[in-house]
Amino acid sequence: MAVMQTVRSAKVHDVVVIGSGAGGGTVVQVLAKLGVNVTLIEAGPMLNPAKDFKEHMWPWQVGHRGAGEHAEQYFDRQQWGYFNAPNGYWDIEGEPYTTAPGTEFRWFRSRILGGRTNHYGRISLRFSDYDFKPYSSDGLGTDWPIGYEDLAPYYDKAEAFIGVTGTKEGIQSAPDGVFQPPAAPRVHEILVKKACDKLRIPCIPSRMAIITKPTNGRVACHYCGQCGRGCVTASNYSSSQVQILPAMKTGRVEVIANAMARELITDSRGKVSAVSYIDKATRTEKQIRCRTVVVAASACESARLLLNSKPARHGNGLANGSGVVGKYLTDSVGFGLSGRIPALEGLPRHDSDGFGGMHMYIPWWEFDKKNKAFPRGYHVEIGGGFRMPQVGSFHGSCRRHEGYGAALKTKIKGDYGVTVNLAGRGEMVPNAHTYCEIDPQVVDRFGIPVLRFHYRWSQSEMDQARHMRETFQEIIQTMGGTVLGLANPEREGGGISVGGTIIHELGTVRMGDDPKSSALNRYCQAHEVKNLFVADAAPFVSNPEKNPTLTITALAWRTAEYLAEEMRKGNV
Amino acid sequence: MSEVSRRDVLRNIALSATLGGLSADAAQHVHHAAAEEKKASGVYKPKAFNGHEYRTVGALSEMIIPGAKAAGAAEFIDLLASGNPEFLAIFTGGIAWMDRRVTPNFVDAGKAEQTALLDQIAYRKNDSPELGAGIRFFEWARKMAADAYYTSKAGMEELGYKGNVGMTEFKIPQEAIDWAVKRSPFGG
Repeated sequence: MAVMQTVRSAKVHDVVVIGSGAGGGTVVQVLAKLGVNVTLIEAGPMLNPAKDFKEHMWPWQVGHRGAGEHAEQYFDRQQWGYFNAPNGYWDIEGEPYTTAPGTEFRWFRSRILGGRTNHYGRISLRFSDYDFKPYSSDGLGTDWPIGYEDLAPYYDKAEAFIGVTGTKEGIQSAPDGVFQPPAAPRVHEILVKKACDKLRIPCIPSRMAIITKPTNGRVACHYCGQCGRGCVTASNYSSSQVQILPAMKTGRVEVIANAMARELITDSRGKVSAVSYIDKATRTEKQIRCRTVVVAASACESARLLLNSKPARHGNGLANGSGVVGKYLTDSVGFGLSGRIPALEGLPRHDSDGFGGMHMYIPWWEFDKKNKAFPRGYHVEIGGGFRMPQVGSFHGSCRRHEGYGAALKTKIKGDYGVTVNLAGRGEMVPNAHTYCEIDPQVVDRFGIPVLRFHYRWSQSEMDQARHMRETFQEIIQTMGGTVLGLANPEREGGGISVGGTIIHELGTVRMGDDPKSSALNRYCQAHEVKNLFVADAAPFVSNPEKNPTLTITALAWRTAEYLAEEMRKGNV
Repeated sequence: MSEVSRRDVLRNIALSATLGGLSADAAQHVHHAAAEEKKASGVYKPKAFNGHEYRTVGALSEMIIPGAKAAGAAEFIDLLASGNPEFLAIFTGGIAWMDRRVTPNFVDAGKAEQTALLDQIAYRKNDSPELGAGIRFFEWARKMAADAYYTSKAGMEELGYKGNVGMTEFKIPQEAIDWAVKRSPFGG
């Protein structure tokens, strides 16, 4: 058998960025704008939105109607929907992960330029001032080394650049930003808002990474409701369309696609000197030399890469003298209820597509309440309206009504558009039982050791999910509705979401001022390896009840500016 | 990045645009959708079911959701069965189960006999060792018929889905808002 030779490049790249999601995309955009040459490594293929996105297609335009040619959707094997952006799966063939006995955890990974930003919910919420100081607030968890004032200018820049809708509300739990005009509320959202008014719960226009007026050469949203399929006009934010593809036009960005990072190679001084990756097309190992590296592979992949980079001097994994890499893993608490609203029965039909997501949402309202039943809080996402029917839309109706024939048909028609879904997204406090580590027994198809997950909700999260249930019941009943049941019985049957399924996993390479209890400093630079930065959600110290993407973008922006300045000064 | 204008896209959605008015990327997108549509039309030959099974799937779907047969239920179910042996077995097994309970078989039986059988297996409350397998199969047949119909043009028209056309400004008709608010607890 021939011995494969590692192909080493002679060229020394100024900055190698690993991963092209919100973090990597932002670093590429900011550095290219500042005149820095960047090489981006992406584990998946390049993206061609015009070819890869299925926006505006009708289900009947394909024989399988979106169920997949092998009926995947009916067997839970089609992980993310045929029409949605081609972006990843809970399970990737040949790239397993394992879970410790007793752990239920699902890890959504994306392998394509832009990663999960091609499909994500576009919900864009700033963390609040108190979110950065959780320990100071309630004695749980750890404070961030930075505060809201440090990140606020970068939230401004990020929002102005990518475009985020919203309104100035002056609510402490939902800091105002640089907003595009919101979209008008849909009928069911007006009813939710009225119920919330009665219950003294805030309900405000949603903050979505969608442009409602032309911005930076992108045209405004055309309200087709299909953000999840990927937007051919780039009217919503994806790092692929909004940051990386435009940045490539500067000539300062090189993208190496289908390149799965294996290890960071260090030199005798302990600095990263090269990135080793697997060229997927040939299954050969290649190395590119670099002056600096930015790891932005997604929180758990970034932790995995560091843990798998083990020169003699870093027995614990690279940049991991503290031992925190892989620890402090969290996901958002998820719980959803569906309600039937009689006031919507027979509603005159109209186009309610709008954004691919809510136009109104409920920010957390008990942030200053003393003696809460559980720590931290949650926000509520609102679903409903006349959505485009698709495979599965009426499985619930079929199961509830049973029977057949004209009577069943009448009942299904009566169900269309009368359901409102309320989904809570809450903060999990990091705990010692929840982390990821290298599984010494298992490697993936490239020979790279895989992650093993340990995950456990604490009583705090269970109490929080129960509070969600009670609140949602109250809102539905105040609207004159009745609770139908769980919105996601397959993932939330236990009264709380299965860990990982909200896809807000983070915290695994956390930042801090003390090198003994953190891997990265306040600029997301490794304490122990000065030319190593992390720019995804791995550096997060806590997981506030706000979807992480906007903060990934803002933090990555700050990191990229710092990196450029340090390069200019000759410090890295 | 593609220089697709919003107006182009609105035309693109309706698939009524002349391709000359679109940018290269948008035109490609239209081509893509049109090609898929072509693939889905034309005379369909069953790939998985035999003639009897195929006829049964069509008739059963039609009994479950009137209009499902014309909406392509048999083609849809056959296509999926051709790509998934587990799914195929659910249908061939279920059809054989039904055929043994009516004479000469389900699809050729009289209307009254067909209805009598469906009235048993269409409800979980009738679950028993004798009917269990039939009830389980009927849940599959029901959701497949519903999916076939409501993802078709006819099904969407019946529901009154008005979207997938795009808008220049998002607006909800005032009459719809008034209609719901009046019927809600906030109507007073």
